[in-house]
Amino acid sequence: MKLKLKKGLNLNIAGALPAGSDKVESAESPVYAICPDDFEGFTPKPAVKEGDSVAVGTPLLYDKNNNAIKLVSPVAGRVRAIVRGDRRRILRVEVEAGNPAADSPAFPKATDRDSAKALLAGSGLLAMMRRRPYAIIPDTADDVRDIFVSAMDTAPLAAPAGVYSSIFTKEDYESGVALLAMITDGKVYFSHDASWTLGTLKGAEMVEVEGRHPAGNPGVQAANIKPVNKGETIWTLDLPTLGRIGRLHRTGTLETRTVVAVTGPEITQPALVGCLIGTEISALLAGRLSDAQYHKRIISGNVLTGTAVDTDGFLRYPYRQITVIAEGDDKDELLGWASMAPSKMSETRTFPGHFLRRAFRPDARLNGGRRAMIMSGQYDKVIPMDILPEYLLKAIIAGNIEDMEKLGIYEVAPEDFAAAEYADTSKLPLQAIVRDGLDSLRKELE
Amino acid sequence: MSKLRNYLDRIRPDFEPGGKLHAFRSVYEGMETFLYTPRTTSGRSGAVHIHDSIDSKRTMIIVVLALMPCFLFGMYNTGYQHWLALGATEFPFRDLMLYGFLTILPRVAVAYIVGLGIEFTFAQIKHEEIQEGFLVTGLLVPLICPAEIPLWMLAVAVAFAVVFAKEVFGGTGYNVLNVALVTRAFLFFAYPAQMSGDKVYVASGIPFGYGTALPDGFSGATPLGQLATQTGADIQLTGIDGSVIDSWQAFLGLIPGSFGETSTLCILLGGILLLATGMASWRVMVSVFAGGLFMGWIANTFASPVYPASYLPAVDQLLLGGFAFAAVFMATDPVTAARTNTGKYIYGFLIGVVAIIIRTYNNGYPEGAMLAVLLMNCFAPLIDWCVVQANMRRRLSRATAKTE
Repeated sequence: MKLKLKKGLNLNIAGALPAGSDKVESAESPVYAICPDDFEGFTPKPAVKEGDSVAVGTPLLYDKNNNAIKLVSPVAGRVRAIVRGDRRRILRVEVEAGNPAADSPAFPKATDRDSAKALLAGSGLLAMMRRRPYAIIPDTADDVRDIFVSAMDTAPLAAPAGVYSSIFTKEDYESGVALLAMITDGKVYFSHDASWTLGTLKGAEMVEVEGRHPAGNPGVQAANIKPVNKGETIWTLDLPTLGRIGRLHRTGTLETRTVVAVTGPEITQPALVGCLIGTEISALLAGRLSDAQYHKRIISGNVLTGTAVDTDGFLRYPYRQITVIAEGDDKDELLGWASMAPSKMSETRTFPGHFLRRAFRPDARLNGGRRAMIMSGQYDKVIPMDILPEYLLKAIIAGNIEDMEKLGIYEVAPEDFAAAEYADTSKLPLQAIVRDGLDSLRKELE
Repeated sequence: MSKLRNYLDRIRPDFEPGGKLHAFRSVYEGMETFLYTPRTTSGRSGAVHIHDSIDSKRTMIIVVLALMPCFLFGMYNTGYQHWLALGATEFPFRDLMLYGFLTILPRVAVAYIVGLGIEFTFAQIKHEEIQEGFLVTGLLVPLICPAEIPLWMLAVAVAFAVVFAKEVFGGTGYNVLNVALVTRAFLFFAYPAQMSGDKVYVASGIPFGYGTALPDGFSGATPLGQLATQTGADIQLTGIDGSVIDSWQAFLGLIPGSFGETSTLCILLGGILLLATGMASWRVMVSVFAGGLFMGWIANTFASPVYPASYLPAVDQLLLGGFAFAAVFMATDPVTAARTNTGKYIYGFLIGVVAIIIRTYNNGYPEGAMLAVLLMNCFAPLIDWCVVQANMRRRLSRATAKTE
């Protein structure tokens, strides 16, 4: 199957990986951490105490709503701390790497739907997937219509799918598809771009997707292949998660390695770094950060959907990318709205930079004040789905559940609105609005 | 440069709560964000980390730039018509421009002072940032009125429009009706003697004592004004010196009319800038012209002596009066236009059609374009509603088709 998406945007940002490079450097850190905030819909309860010995795959946290769903340790060692924030909310569980004193958990073999779901839930891999509606972690009780694997990341500066070949083989992916096929009566869709070299995966419905961001989002692909209707559930996941599922299914071991693209205008030598899930940011950035004196923003993830972290922070889900840009809060720009500087980055044809083929160095400023929705059709241009974004957003802001449903809120995730949020003249927090809408809907219907 | 920054930082405490100038906080913030791009940065999670350089100020300034050809031409034409009325045979460019400039300057000033004053006040009361919408409105208003509109009338009309067409709805982005057109409509209905007829469209005064006053009772009707009084099928439009106005003259725009509306050429220049930068919807703009041509053709095909304007060829309909200006600058206002892509075609087309209908079949209102845009402003939400319903139905039928 081929899918060509016309809407979307390509952001040309400085600090991209050198073209064609598949050299993977490596990084290690003394401490690793899992942050439950990364897993929307997961209400964390600690499964370990500080000082406990853990092995790779030992549950660190479990979901209060479904005790079977775990978040597991990416490394063998000792639980150093369970860090809590306001109102004792768990921010992260830190594990100090060391010699394993605990036995690796024995994962059961998946033979049918229930055991497959149990395997995913217990190994922490279920939490690495997402479900629609609501864009939250899946539940073992879900009746899954189809599963969508996206092996392409169209976000700015993201690494191509090929980089994971240093960890996973075609057998891993096919084994992953086989396990997912146990879970759904529908199909396992596998979407990739033209750079995919491993050929057809047995058991998967292969979809070649062409298009600009957010064409790589599994939800966007699903909306164009087979949209989610009210009452239906689909699961979505990325390529490394499929590889991990396959490896676990095939060999019984949990793979917690990943490849991180360390990129961005403030990175001197953009590189691929092999490391474990939850590695310290400082280890990943060591020697790569530019020494410019202005404030910088370190983003775990891409510039559109990532999470800002501090230098003493940790690599966050989905564990694929780090981007460093200037913060910009220490910059004075006189009459920025009148600027004709070619360095101004814009999707609109009002800046000369729009016509230049150059890499930009954007900072984290909003570049303007927040306004009501004034320009029309702006979101539409970058959301390749059959929805009316402005009206859906307005229904959410108005809290109109009925209209939200009718306008297709079940089909969307906040990440699908990220490109629109970037392009928005009115600087509205579109992803936060969509997240609010999804949460309120879930609360209403449960 | 940093001196200015330091100065702003130094006086900031005065404008903060408890400061002696706190009542002018909105003015301070307006000036600060005007001078310096705000330092506000993106949220740290659940939000994008980079934003496009475009903002509301940039958008509005592009529209203001697009209005400049009309504005400059309006200055020249105001002077030109005045000189023509004096019976001059030479038209010194600089004198004409100066006369036009001095005539329009107080109108622009009054529109901005009244409008922005109200906006600043509302921003202060609502603890919001100043919105840029009036930057465009304040320039549009003088452009669509006779050059010598009395200042107090302009002030009253602008105040009415800004308060009752915009602020009561919540400010820029929430208004249903185009604010500049509400101003125009208010003037048209409240002071018809000063807004229509054959006495008002040629500047006669001596702004700031410059120039020579025209004799009292001088009359020079606009082409549309002349149309309303024609009787036969043989239409003869004339300028104030009696020369014939053909399509080319109407396109260039050296004819009596509202300050900035007469030159279709300059309007098109502005339109090209708006479309090239993507700041106005080509869907709306093209459909308005298409609708106007279509209705103009129908009216012309079934021309009748009862409605003299129906003898006008369709193309001339687009060149005369405020039609082109409305199509390029009024109908495309994103806030009051239809917001869905399908809706924009319908909305624009109907504006074109209704403008010609009003102009042709109602001799009392030669200015059909203004009323057409206002009318369709009211219907835009309904048009969008239908488009949205179609999307909802498509989704619903998809879901039910599956369960069957």
